[in-house]
Amino acid sequence: MDLAYNEEYEAFRIEVQQFLKEHKSKAPKGRAGWGATSDKAREWQQFLIEHGYAARTIPKEYGGFGAKPDILKNHIIAEEFAKAKVRPGHSGDPRLVPVVLELGTEEQKHALVGPTIRGEMNWCQGYSEPGSGSDLASLSTKAVLEGDEWVINGQKIWTSGAQSADMIFCLVRTEPDAPKHNGISYLIFKMDTPGIEVRPLVTMTGEAIFNETFFTDVRVPKDQIIGKRGEGWFVANTTLKHERGSLGDPNQIESRFRDLVEILKNEKIDGKPLIQYPIYRDRLLKLQGRVLSMKCNGMRILTANAKNTEPGLARWIVKLLGCELNHQMAALAIDAMGELGVLYGDSDYLRDYGMWQRNYMLDLGLIIGGGTAQIQKNMIGERALGLPKEPKYKAS
Amino acid sequence: MEFALSEEQQMLQMSISRYLDSHCDLDQVRAAAKDNITKQADVWNGIGELGVLGIIIPEEYGGVGLGFLDAALVAEALGRAVAPIPYIGSSIMAPVAILNAGDDRQKSTWLPKIAAGDCVFGVGVTEQIGQRETDGIVSADGKLTGKAMFVVDGLDADMLVIADDNGVLHLVDANASGVTRNNLSTIDKTRALAEVILDQVDAEVLPGSKNDSEALTKTIDAGRVMLAADSLGASDVMIEKAVQYAKERKQFERVIGSFQAVKHMCAEMASELEPCRSLVWYAAHSINHIPGEARLLVCHAKAHLSEVGRFVAKTSTEVHGGMGFTDLLGLHYWFKRIGLDRQLLGAPELVREEAAVFQGW
Repeated sequence: MDLAYNEEYEAFRIEVQQFLKEHKSKAPKGRAGWGATSDKAREWQQFLIEHGYAARTIPKEYGGFGAKPDILKNHIIAEEFAKAKVRPGHSGDPRLVPVVLELGTEEQKHALVGPTIRGEMNWCQGYSEPGSGSDLASLSTKAVLEGDEWVINGQKIWTSGAQSADMIFCLVRTEPDAPKHNGISYLIFKMDTPGIEVRPLVTMTGEAIFNETFFTDVRVPKDQIIGKRGEGWFVANTTLKHERGSLGDPNQIESRFRDLVEILKNEKIDGKPLIQYPIYRDRLLKLQGRVLSMKCNGMRILTANAKNTEPGLARWIVKLLGCELNHQMAALAIDAMGELGVLYGDSDYLRDYGMWQRNYMLDLGLIIGGGTAQIQKNMIGERALGLPKEPKYKAS
Repeated sequence: MEFALSEEQQMLQMSISRYLDSHCDLDQVRAAAKDNITKQADVWNGIGELGVLGIIIPEEYGGVGLGFLDAALVAEALGRAVAPIPYIGSSIMAPVAILNAGDDRQKSTWLPKIAAGDCVFGVGVTEQIGQRETDGIVSADGKLTGKAMFVVDGLDADMLVIADDNGVLHLVDANASGVTRNNLSTIDKTRALAEVILDQVDAEVLPGSKNDSEALTKTIDAGRVMLAADSLGASDVMIEKAVQYAKERKQFERVIGSFQAVKHMCAEMASELEPCRSLVWYAAHSINHIPGEARLLVCHAKAHLSEVGRFVAKTSTEVHGGMGFTDLLGLHYWFKRIGLDRQLLGAPELVREEAAVFQGW
């Protein structure tokens, strides 16, 4: 156990701090993310790439900064940007870029990675279908090869960002006679291809965060595939691994906890701050115990990653526990606000721009999305603990 | 930056576990429990030979001079084995009290004896966390009078560290005239808690605790993090046993672990416990290396492990069905060990309140 960083890393930290001091005024406000589309956000991202604070380890030839992978330096960058409350850079859509880099052809890497990390090419994900949620491999959107083109028919759901995306990465059934996991291919195509219809799907937050996306005889060039025909499931699993890692991020959990403490200090009943009421106070402290345990768990994963060893169970639980913890923090904030906690939309009395109310609902979406909590428990039970799979249901 | 156990620590873990696996199995624990033995001689001697009794005692006093993280790994292993020997009071809390508040003579008299296994210490500080069933202990003219409850390792002790009403720490000969020790028979038969009644008993003050509560706080914190580690080890075993049982037990022509209802219970236990491991490591590590953060982390380690421990103890028992409820499997030894860890030196509500006050909330 040695939580100190050596000289090289401490020097690097100072470098990052100086960069931030000098340039933080150039950063756009607002939420960080790889889906950014404003000009200012793109300029900032480009600036960060040039200085090695975004797309850091992506090779130069594909548009990145080209640094040697160093988990600890990435961590220091993330920490310092968070501390300075400066919008961090990104490495492009984390569901797609690692896949292209790992499994794409040379041509695909050149064509896709650069524009994606610069924020010029935005993606949406075509995985889930109305009939294929947790059992994703049962998906039925099909693609048939006609000459040099795939002809795609079917429907996707939960395609967030589809209305503004330039491209989609999409799982389709290309081998109808193969066993379900072996009959899927991973296609990538432009969202302005004729035959694609995007319908907004309004969620409980009142926003159209998602869409339903329909494909009718959508024609896509044959080479717009990543990996081989029928290997799409395994290609997609490379991305699921990356996405699962980013949900439940301990830095974000810690920062939300700090906001939660503020609201419990600021909200008052009969002039007395909520944090002084034993029941609210104990709920806050209980959550703090969880926050600290996730922080420590995160450091353990970081070390394992830096040493290139498998963190095992420590990694498996991040999405399950992290999303639930975020939800419980939002729940306490709302309870602390009492009647004020149900205000939504426009009100002079709204606290934190209604962030807690929105998060309380949004977090529920995250508990469900990206592999429901129950599917996570199946995976932990089966893969980490070695418990047997549920036998197939036989109709009697 | 490395958040992981060192090779030496992994070896320590392995050697203790290997010893306990072969010398302290459930049959031995049962036998000790039946005869009300909480200092099982063979285990005590064997553990002593591994150097564990003086694990945090500096080498100049005959110990091995390791840190609290190392000590927590031992506590975890003892919790895994539900080992019936004194440790948390005698080998951790008492040395912390003496090291932080004792004078040179006290240190050189007692610490080598503890490290050598020649002297067992009991520690009575419960009244400083919350007084129940006692009016406390009054110190006057070098003599103590009053009652200390739930003295850790107190029944097997040769010597006692006792906190008086002002939080000042004293050394007391456990067999001196005027000392009455009664066994407080608890659910957990593997550890001894004593009621110590003192009537004008000669006591020797630990001078560093006279005008400064830090030694007392450190003594309590050290005990708390060890209790958390003990629960971590005991919970780990309860999960392993539940998973094993779920893989073997068949109903409706299936092993029950293939039912999602049972699988999810196992997954929830494993998920809840996993981050606890890192929290306990970090809290124990911080006592030596990040003292400014130690108080908060120790309080949270104690409280959070109490909560997760209780969840695991209950859930694992349920996974075992009716068998979990019986004495046949002996699962209850771990259940009860976790139960005692939770209440001792501050139940989670009390400890969290301390953490809140510490943060100025």
